[in-house]
Amino acid sequence: MNDAPMIEMRGVSKSFGTLRVLDGIDLTVDRSEVVCLIGPSGSGKSTLLRCINFLESYDTGEVRVEGRLVGYVEGNGRRRMPDRALREIRRGIGMVFQHFNLWPHMTALGNVAEPLIRVRGLAAAEAGLRARAMLGRVGLADKEGEYPARLSGGQQQRVAIARSLAMEPRLMLFDEPTSALDPELVGEVLQVMRDLATEGMTMMVVTHEMGFAANVADRIAFLDRGRIIAYGPPRHVLHESTEPRLRQFLQTYHERNNF
Amino acid sequence: MKLQVTLDAFPYLLEAAGTTLWISLLGIALGQVIGAAVCLCRVSPLRPLARFGAVYVSFFRGVPLLVQLLLVYYFLPYVGIDVPPLVAAIGSLGLASGAYVCEIFRGALTAVPKGQAEAAQSLGFPPAAIWRRILLPQMLRISLPALVNELILLLKASSLISVVGVTELTRSSHTFAASTYHPLEIYLTAAFIYLLMNLCLAAAGAMAERRLAAG
Ligand SMILES: Nc1ncnc2c1ncn2[C@@H]1O[C@H](COP(=O)(O)OP(=O)(O)OP(=O)(O)O)[C@@H](O)[C@H]1O
Ligand SMILES: [Mg+2]
Repeated sequence: MNDAPMIEMRGVSKSFGTLRVLDGIDLTVDRSEVVCLIGPSGSGKSTLLRCINFLESYDTGEVRVEGRLVGYVEGNGRRRMPDRALREIRRGIGMVFQHFNLWPHMTALGNVAEPLIRVRGLAAAEAGLRARAMLGRVGLADKEGEYPARLSGGQQQRVAIARSLAMEPRLMLFDEPTSALDPELVGEVLQVMRDLATEGMTMMVVTHEMGFAANVADRIAFLDRGRIIAYGPPRHVLHESTEPRLRQFLQTYHERNNF
Repeated sequence: MKLQVTLDAFPYLLEAAGTTLWISLLGIALGQVIGAAVCLCRVSPLRPLARFGAVYVSFFRGVPLLVQLLLVYYFLPYVGIDVPPLVAAIGSLGLASGAYVCEIFRGALTAVPKGQAEAAQSLGFPPAAIWRRILLPQMLRISLPALVNELILLLKASSLISVVGVTELTRSSHTFAASTYHPLEIYLTAAFIYLLMNLCLAAAGAMAERRLAAG
């Protein structure tokens, strides 16, 4: 069981109505690997990520996390797995969203402590202690009493990361974690992610930050119209691949970022 | 105009106003619970539940409260259930306001961003905890102005329960108006008390709103 890859996707397809958003995705992510997912808008990056913790259901194929089939009952066609089993899988997978999705009616500390209480069943005092330590780890020890509305975007995203990390996940999913941030706040969030990667966390990151992808990722997957059409180490995907759609995507990216 | 008439009746009217107030508050409290439950039904993926919710709302919004009161008051004893007038009154108010509160909550639910529940789901929250800890508190905050409005409407609608023999403000005024032959003084006093109660409720609502907005 434990030598199974962290994520294993085999022939995963997904349609919204007649629109085929994922079209036969095969992808394996090993332990401690950082995989960045890049691709044009609407190519299915978010959908792919959301299939891994079954926030989105998939139509065909298999998604396995640490060997366990996600969302469906093993060997039973397409029968949905019981909610309890799905929750069990989800609590081992952290997810960070583009718009943070902090709970506005709780303080920073409350946001981090709440899942520890509701999901891990910790007593409030114990949860508070751990939450405080987590906020310290993302450099926000002094902000524990603030409500999200009073924090900057970068601080909010770091609270959201702390909220996920407090659950001690074995896998972290990031969906454009810096896209909603002012440029001067991007760095602080990427730094937290970089530290996390250094500590050996398995991460799957949808991003438009090519610098981060180039320097931190072990592998980059380029997604286009629901297919992974380039995959490999950053050097290979960013510089050596001759895939025309990838070249065009990178071209556009360079033009936009070189003024 | 005779001031003495008003002064004599005032303590009794005030007492009756107390009845009006607590019946209304109990009614809206019951309405909150029923409204939340019916709202859960309406948004449920289970078809029969959703249908039940829709029918409930249609019925209790579509039939006048007075008719509902009379139905409860006459129908329940007819099938052998004996309900005291007070219970019938509070029950009717609760059932009716439940329909409106349901729709208020449903509107508020669509105003809570989808990511709020998704964040909780991704962390492994059980559905009940998502409702209780994440969605309901935000729905309550969003719907507070509409709920205060509903409470004020309910307090005024509670004058209808005089027909089932509960001595609330309207019925009490009625009695005094008839016995003193000074209806104008009495009803003006009643109007003033209703107005005062509703102004207080509105002020309390505004205060609660400010407090919630601060948090
Ligand atoms: N719930 C949904 N219902 C219908 N269509 C959807 C839904 N979610 C996504 N889509 C569609 O699926 C396609 C892929 O969406 P997805 O969000 O996965 O793309 P993306 O690569 O993350 O794009 P972006 O870079 O803009 O975030 C898009 O065309 C989108 O409109
Ligand atoms: Mg996306």
